[in-house]
Amino acid sequence: MLQDNDKILEDATNSEYKWGFSSPIDQEFATKGLNEEVIRFISGRKDEPAWMLEWRLSAFEAWKKMKQPKWQNVTFPEIDFQEIIYYAATRKKPTINSLDELDPEIRKTYDKLGIPIKEQEMLAGVAVDYVMDSESVFTTFKSQLAEKGVIFCSISEAIKDHPELIKKYLGSVVPVRDNYYAALNAAVFSDGSFVYIPKGVRCPMELSTYFRINAENTGQFERTLIIAEEGSYVSYLEGCTAPKRDEHQLHAAVVELITLDDAEIKYSTVQNWYPGDKNGKGGIYNFVTKRGLCHGKRSKISWTQVETGSAITWKYPSCVLKGDNSIGEFYSVAVTNNFQQADTGTKMIHIGKNTRSRIVSKGISAGSSQNSYRGQVKIHKTAENAYNYSQCDSMLMTDHSGAHTFPYIDVKNSTAKVEHEATTSKIGEDMLFYCNQRGLSDEEAVNIIVNGFCKEVFKELPMEFAVEAQKLLQISLENSVG
Amino acid sequence: MISIKNLHAGIEEKEILKGFSLDIKAGEIHAIMGPNGTGKSTLASTLAGRNTYEVTAGEVQFNGKDLLDMEADERAREGLFLAFQYPVEIPGVSTTNFMRAAIAEKRKHHGLPPMEAKEFLALMREKMALVEIDKQFMSRSLNEGFSGGEKKRNEIFQMAMLNPLLSILDETDSGLDIDALRIVANGVNKLRTKDNAFLIITHYQRLLEYIVPDFVHVMYEGRIVKSGGKELALELEEKGYDWIKEENIVQ
Ligand SMILES: Nc1ncnc2c1ncn2[C@@H]1O[C@H](COP(=O)(O)OP(=O)(O)O)[C@@H](O)[C@H]1O
Ligand SMILES: [Mg+2]
Repeated sequence: MLQDNDKILEDATNSEYKWGFSSPIDQEFATKGLNEEVIRFISGRKDEPAWMLEWRLSAFEAWKKMKQPKWQNVTFPEIDFQEIIYYAATRKKPTINSLDELDPEIRKTYDKLGIPIKEQEMLAGVAVDYVMDSESVFTTFKSQLAEKGVIFCSISEAIKDHPELIKKYLGSVVPVRDNYYAALNAAVFSDGSFVYIPKGVRCPMELSTYFRINAENTGQFERTLIIAEEGSYVSYLEGCTAPKRDEHQLHAAVVELITLDDAEIKYSTVQNWYPGDKNGKGGIYNFVTKRGLCHGKRSKISWTQVETGSAITWKYPSCVLKGDNSIGEFYSVAVTNNFQQADTGTKMIHIGKNTRSRIVSKGISAGSSQNSYRGQVKIHKTAENAYNYSQCDSMLMTDHSGAHTFPYIDVKNSTAKVEHEATTSKIGEDMLFYCNQRGLSDEEAVNIIVNGFCKEVFKELPMEFAVEAQKLLQISLENSVG
Repeated sequence: MISIKNLHAGIEEKEILKGFSLDIKAGEIHAIMGPNGTGKSTLASTLAGRNTYEVTAGEVQFNGKDLLDMEADERAREGLFLAFQYPVEIPGVSTTNFMRAAIAEKRKHHGLPPMEAKEFLALMREKMALVEIDKQFMSRSLNEGFSGGEKKRNEIFQMAMLNPLLSILDETDSGLDIDALRIVANGVNKLRTKDNAFLIITHYQRLLEYIVPDFVHVMYEGRIVKSGGKELALELEEKGYDWIKEENIVQ
């Protein structure tokens, strides 16, 4: 019987990746491999000021002396960094002023993905930055945002137009030498989004970036920087897809968030990079450094992520709670299937007094996949009355999938309180039968059970995103039944 | 409505149902009584299509169709309902959402579009009143943290929502206090029509004071050993199951 049940769930996992097409866009590339020339080429193509090139070159020097980390609970062949193309961009001029100037192929690509770049058709109240491979192709609603003093543009534009902000904040949360992939990103990052919310402004709409890898053999190295001034608020969404390719592609992004006094940033991700095929061939290596600094008092940073894609996911969106009474949150759903591997979680670093953090992690493992939660809670000596609550739940869909939990707790202040709860459950035959008996097919049953399991995380997502996330989950686990 | 002929079913090496036969017509209420471990729940689960039990012989016609040919979910959509002896908890899924999904699937099966939100809510309200269930239960995770009695009442609520042709109640009365018992019985009596039927599995005669069955069957070791009218329940209560056991040893 157990075997039957496994079969049902296994079948559900054979679904096809629906975003796997590629588009024939006229692009130019940097030469394959990584050296100083390539970095100069990238910087040159972007008309960057000399200080930016210097920054990149020093990052490159640092990277050359670093080693690839090996501590994650994932296995993959050594990455040859000389086999990667570090820059791919449309040949047409990247800065455009209106939609009519956009390459129709790019527009078609986004249409196919179900996110038409047409302001009037967009979900009300979402401004979007579209990033394909190495460049930002179009940002919507710019002028409306500018009225409020909100800056939302590609990071390349920000380097040119707002150098004082970039110089002050770039690398201030994730230093160049933070880790191997962060250093690599600092050297070769090509584009990404920049957001600045002025003092006291509540951003009038959701901001969103849609990342798409299109070109072959290229890596995507985007960099996102969000600054929320005193008393401001912004909700930011990030979505990602990539074509199906037989080889693995590297995605090594860096995201930095900064909140000043009483500011709040809500950062949501629905990550759906190509996961590789049923036999584990191809797929994106998603090695990303995301960190938020609650610099100001009573400020708040909240990460919500739904991870369904990538061959390997290795990322820990973190919060550094420096300001007194600041709050960090991490809500995560990570689904792995077939041969996917995920090692994801968070770090909550408590420095200020009365800082609070909350971690809710839901891992779902299907097929032969491995899903690890790794979380660190660090309470510094200065963090009087700090409080952390962590809850990590894992659901196994098959007998040969795995769930692992690695909590690291380091408390240096005796007034702090840390609570940790963890559960692992196997999706049960009794639950499935109960649903079947009410007329739900195995597939529907898995869907409703999994959605229930993830509810605490989904309710943190903005409405439209929550719907998208549920659909994605359904597709990721499709045919586990039947 | 349902015609069960010589049903044999069990798990791996152990046969539990050993030639069970029963006919139920529309409009009828049948009660099955029998000692613990005699196969009553196995019968209910087998009819509902639980894969744990393998059918080795026999046939079952349900509403003109071969029941054993259908998967559990299809049987449900065709109008077979099982009120579980031990209802399952589903974390994070509210009764409301669960019912919305179940009704949508059933309607789809019968070629109908999903129910309008307004109509659905009205239906919920009507059925909540019928089983005197508080609306806070509708938004809570299904069966999670419900008391035994609340779970059983929720089963009857779901039955009322889905309006099945044949409802099988597996010891819905056990663990209920007298008020809850009255509510459950009242629900069944109000849902009863000339077009549907009920199979009520119970260990005690108590429930049958509130739901008056047309037929009472005594089950022992995987099949029916005695059938009669409602007075048989009383006789059983008086003489105890030992009477049945002895009689069957004599035979
Ligand atoms: N899934 C199962 N695994 C093992 N034994 C079972 C299973 N289901 C039923 N049985 C056994 O079959 C017999 C009948 O059980 P059941 O149908 O639950 O009886 P009742 O509902 O009449 O008390 C019992 O001996 C019980 O232990
Ligand atoms: Mg029983």
